[in-house]
Amino acid sequence: MEWALFLTFALLAGAAAVGMVLQRSPIYSALCLILTFFAQAGLYVLLHAQLIAFVHIIVYAGAIMVLFLFVIMLLDLRPEDHPPVRFGQAGMLLGLILAALLLAELALGIGPRIILGSQGSYDLETLRMLGNTQAVGRILFREYLVPFELTSLILLTAMIGAMVLAKRRPE
Amino acid sequence: MMGFLLAAVFKIALVMGLVLLAVAYLTLLERKVIGDIQVRFGPSRVGPFGLLQPIADGIKLLFKEDIVPTNADRFIFIFAPAVSFIPALIVFAVIPFGPSFVITDINVGLLYVFAVGSLGVYGIVLAGWASNSKYSLLGGLRSAAQMVSYELSLGLSVLGVVMMTGSLSLVDIVEAQGGNWYGIFPKWNVIPQFLGFVIFMISSNAELNRAPFDLPEAETELVAGFHTEYSSMKFAMFFLAEYANMIAVSALATTLFLGGWQGPLLPPVVWFLLKVFGFIFLFIWVRATLPRFRYDQLMGFGWKVLLPLALANVMFTAAAILILA
Repeated sequence: MEWALFLTFALLAGAAAVGMVLQRSPIYSALCLILTFFAQAGLYVLLHAQLIAFVHIIVYAGAIMVLFLFVIMLLDLRPEDHPPVRFGQAGMLLGLILAALLLAELALGIGPRIILGSQGSYDLETLRMLGNTQAVGRILFREYLVPFELTSLILLTAMIGAMVLAKRRPE
Repeated sequence: MMGFLLAAVFKIALVMGLVLLAVAYLTLLERKVIGDIQVRFGPSRVGPFGLLQPIADGIKLLFKEDIVPTNADRFIFIFAPAVSFIPALIVFAVIPFGPSFVITDINVGLLYVFAVGSLGVYGIVLAGWASNSKYSLLGGLRSAAQMVSYELSLGLSVLGVVMMTGSLSLVDIVEAQGGNWYGIFPKWNVIPQFLGFVIFMISSNAELNRAPFDLPEAETELVAGFHTEYSSMKFAMFFLAEYANMIAVSALATTLFLGGWQGPLLPPVVWFLLKVFGFIFLFIWVRATLPRFRYDQLMGFGWKVLLPLALANVMFTAAAILILA
């Protein structure tokens, strides 16, 4: 059962991601991306990470992609304005090499830790006792408090920067 | 396993059936109440007291010609009403109707509601875009900006309740509101979280696209906004979605702030339905009373008044919990 669901979500995520790149209409690209986010959320639920799954949907599908659609509609981007991208032989080769490198990097970086690495203190039983959200909150605000606050500072800086740039009047 | 599945299917069918029936009669209720407020009768010809009006409307809409504009994006044009309608219905999956009557109690129930609720906007935005008409597009753009803006205050307004309960499960939130303060006041969240409650009601009214926040379909300027080009059942789907959302928001407000099914004497489900009905009546009353916002007022109010108030409410609640603990 779990495998069937995993395969469904994984294939859906992959197919939608490919669709997002290949679609000529920006709106359909955006819709494919939203589908990918849903499939990912499904994968998170299969991993018993309900909090991440729903936050993922709220933030990405519910807010960011709505703004994407807003901008696409505001600029009224049509497929005709975007001739299909053509890749030369060299470009194809380079892309394949980069993809292979990325895959190898992921496999080397994450693989050993999953298979060989020591198990964390949160197994499924503790999670069920403690609650998913509570566990994430504890880790976030105890072990990773400083990185967490730093990240929020970076986001704040980016936000102020965007406002300053947008408000600047050309002389 | 079979028994569990059967029970789940039965519960889902029961809730869906009741919600759809309520949606149909909500249209009649709204027209009757607004009629009364404007000192006229409202629908009264079809059946006794106009009670068969929703059925007549449904049949009429089913048999109307279904038009898809030539330059519309066919797939999205047909897909959009469904996108608008489905989230409105699946919200009810986590709402506790009674002590043991909830379809499913998940530990992040409130986040589920917000995740599903944030998808309803796609139906409107995509409908506006796919119609390939300037009124529809303007309506869609407005609703995208409006709903993203007010979703922030909506999300922040319920954080106080979450902090006081310490859980995101709607069942836990209702159960935490049992009992009394000093033997008189019910322990409902609306008393300590009054500011949050007010912000929640205003923002949810904006999320529903109802007057005074009905700019996406402002008929005096945009013909009918995002659903200008829609006809027949697809048009009806948008309306069903709006009314189903209204019931969902009322049920959520009841659950979060008015103690859900908690109440003395009467059976829990009756209490729940009474409170939900009260909220629905309030939404209709507001629509009949207040004029529409101007677009800049709408944005200014959302970002400069509601959002800071909601943030202040979160900080104040956190401080109060720390001091009282």
